[in-house]
Amino acid sequence: MDTPGTTRRQLLTAIGMMGGTAALYQAMTTMGHASETQYKGSPDLTGARAGASVLVLGAGLAGMVAAYELNKAGYKVRILEYQNRAGGRNWSLYGGDTYTELGGATQHVQFDQGHYLNPGPWRIPYHHRTLLHYCKAFGVALEPFIQFNHNAYVHNANAFGGKPVHYREAAADFEGNVAELLGKAIDQKALDAELTADDKDKLKEALRGWGMLDKDMKYKSNLLSSEHRGYDRPPGGGVNGEPIPSAVFDFKDVVASQVWKNMAFFMNHEMQTTMFQPVGGMGMIGKAFWKNVAPMITLNAKVTKIMQDKTGVTVTYNDTGSGAMTEAKADFCVCAIPLGVLNQIENNLSGAKKSAIAAVPYGNQVKIGLQMARRFWETDDFIYGGHSFTSQDIALVSYPNYHLFEDGPGVLLGAFANGPGAFRLAGMTPEQRIQAALDQGSVFHPGTYRKEFQNGASVAWSRVPWTMGCCARWNEEVRKTHYQTLVALEDRIVLAGEHASYVGCWMEGALLSSLDAITRLHKRALEA
Amino acid sequence: MTNIARTAFALLLLATPALAQAPQGGDSAGSSSTIAPVPVTGEQVYVQVCQGCHMADAKGGVGAGHIPALAKNPKLEEPGYPIGMIVQGRGAMPPLTDLLSPAQIAAVVTYVRTHFGNNYKTAVKEADVKAMLGQ
Repeated sequence: MDTPGTTRRQLLTAIGMMGGTAALYQAMTTMGHASETQYKGSPDLTGARAGASVLVLGAGLAGMVAAYELNKAGYKVRILEYQNRAGGRNWSLYGGDTYTELGGATQHVQFDQGHYLNPGPWRIPYHHRTLLHYCKAFGVALEPFIQFNHNAYVHNANAFGGKPVHYREAAADFEGNVAELLGKAIDQKALDAELTADDKDKLKEALRGWGMLDKDMKYKSNLLSSEHRGYDRPPGGGVNGEPIPSAVFDFKDVVASQVWKNMAFFMNHEMQTTMFQPVGGMGMIGKAFWKNVAPMITLNAKVTKIMQDKTGVTVTYNDTGSGAMTEAKADFCVCAIPLGVLNQIENNLSGAKKSAIAAVPYGNQVKIGLQMARRFWETDDFIYGGHSFTSQDIALVSYPNYHLFEDGPGVLLGAFANGPGAFRLAGMTPEQRIQAALDQGSVFHPGTYRKEFQNGASVAWSRVPWTMGCCARWNEEVRKTHYQTLVALEDRIVLAGEHASYVGCWMEGALLSSLDAITRLHKRALEA
Repeated sequence: MTNIARTAFALLLLATPALAQAPQGGDSAGSSSTIAPVPVTGEQVYVQVCQGCHMADAKGGVGAGHIPALAKNPKLEEPGYPIGMIVQGRGAMPPLTDLLSPAQIAAVVTYVRTHFGNNYKTAVKEADVKAMLGQ
């Protein structure tokens, strides 16, 4: 820890002691820190009235964090959950698990012990402070998620004759060629209007260094470019220690490969390193929340009606085991049911609220886990974690970040499909999906992929019985019309979930939405 | 730098307006666009798009909510109903106009209206879909 850091921390500690958390947060923001999250710590729910009750609908992360915090604040809380488990989309499939999708297809997962598929969330950005806070608070062990791997592959059917290339090579060639072209534009005076002579010199120096250009500002097959893209013969020792450069690709292929999409992807704030995953599967987070709210949960409860009046909220639910219809009553309600499902539940919310609930479509992602007998991507290809990207329906193959270097099996993520590719895979039987994933993934590992395959499992989110979709897909127009209406407290009922956030499709969004919702609900409860 | 490379770079620059669109956010694969044969017939569109939710037998499914059955569905008698669903979406179902052309929509609506126990023989035309899209 360097001295300026310590000084700054001491200053912040002093501000914290004098002005409290809010002043500290303000000071940190002013100094350019803490601006990466809207998380402000535990919600202030002090002064709850004795006996005030809240019904929480849905035991996903949004519902459970609401229950946990409201209960801690003194509210009488009950959670109704449709499934026979809590956790919602925070979920891992392990060997021995059974999963039945809409339409009735049932899969018996056969992964070896300690291996898993995360059908939903699978990586956590370092700035998702709310989620990381609760992981720490609930004792969920985290490990690094290997997000960026230069040695994984990029495949595009329209580039390099359909053969995959290393991300490292394509990205280096993209940057090198762009640097060379920009240098040419400078020399041809195309940028004279924007740049002074001094600017031009500085930019050319930058382009040379960034793009690995030679002294003539050319990107060529030489030891310079090989420093980024790799060598034909890497540097070694002794007699043949001298490296042999690799040959740069045709720029037309590099552009056609769309490697720039992968490069831009890694620049997304939410995709930047460091990323994390729970040890033992993403579902560990849901299980930890569950443990902390377990006495409040009624499982196997299918909500069929949500009504509120001046005195409270009445929710009708169907016990999916016995078929019995029951009413649950409370003063207030946090509804964390996914919008596609909520849209089909009878309620007496306002017309505007109903329109908002109906306005947001859900994503159709498909994930497929494939257990391979040996970790050939590590032993044969020197790939340790990270993703190989493809223009095929599976979209990627992602390599496991745990049990590295072991002899035994590994479970690959054999697909993370979206859009048209996901529709095609979702429409298949689970067996057909595995075959498609093996066919397509073989492009990266032709000799081994099928040969080493042992078993697999898939989840098509459009067929998940309890969400009928992966997560809310807002666009700007729908946001403008409906977002504020959707998140607004409507008398005694407030909605929570990733769908009620600007961090959509992330666990962090579910938590931030819920903390905001219960803070407003608490204020309303005090006014009652 | 070759002429081809220059052309490729120019094409890349032309492509930037699409990048300027607001991103949807959320986790994604980060891959290039999917490259696959485009479904043409109504059956191909059904299998490659609709079946992912409505099932191979078009009977939908029931869980916490339900995916409506298209099989033996009297609402399909009025072709504007299924066209409207595909064009506008409803609830969790997204509008599919980014994915399907008017011709593909016409083909799949015609297919569904004449299969799965439905017997509405009047074919839906591309022009009908375009009319609903205001084209």
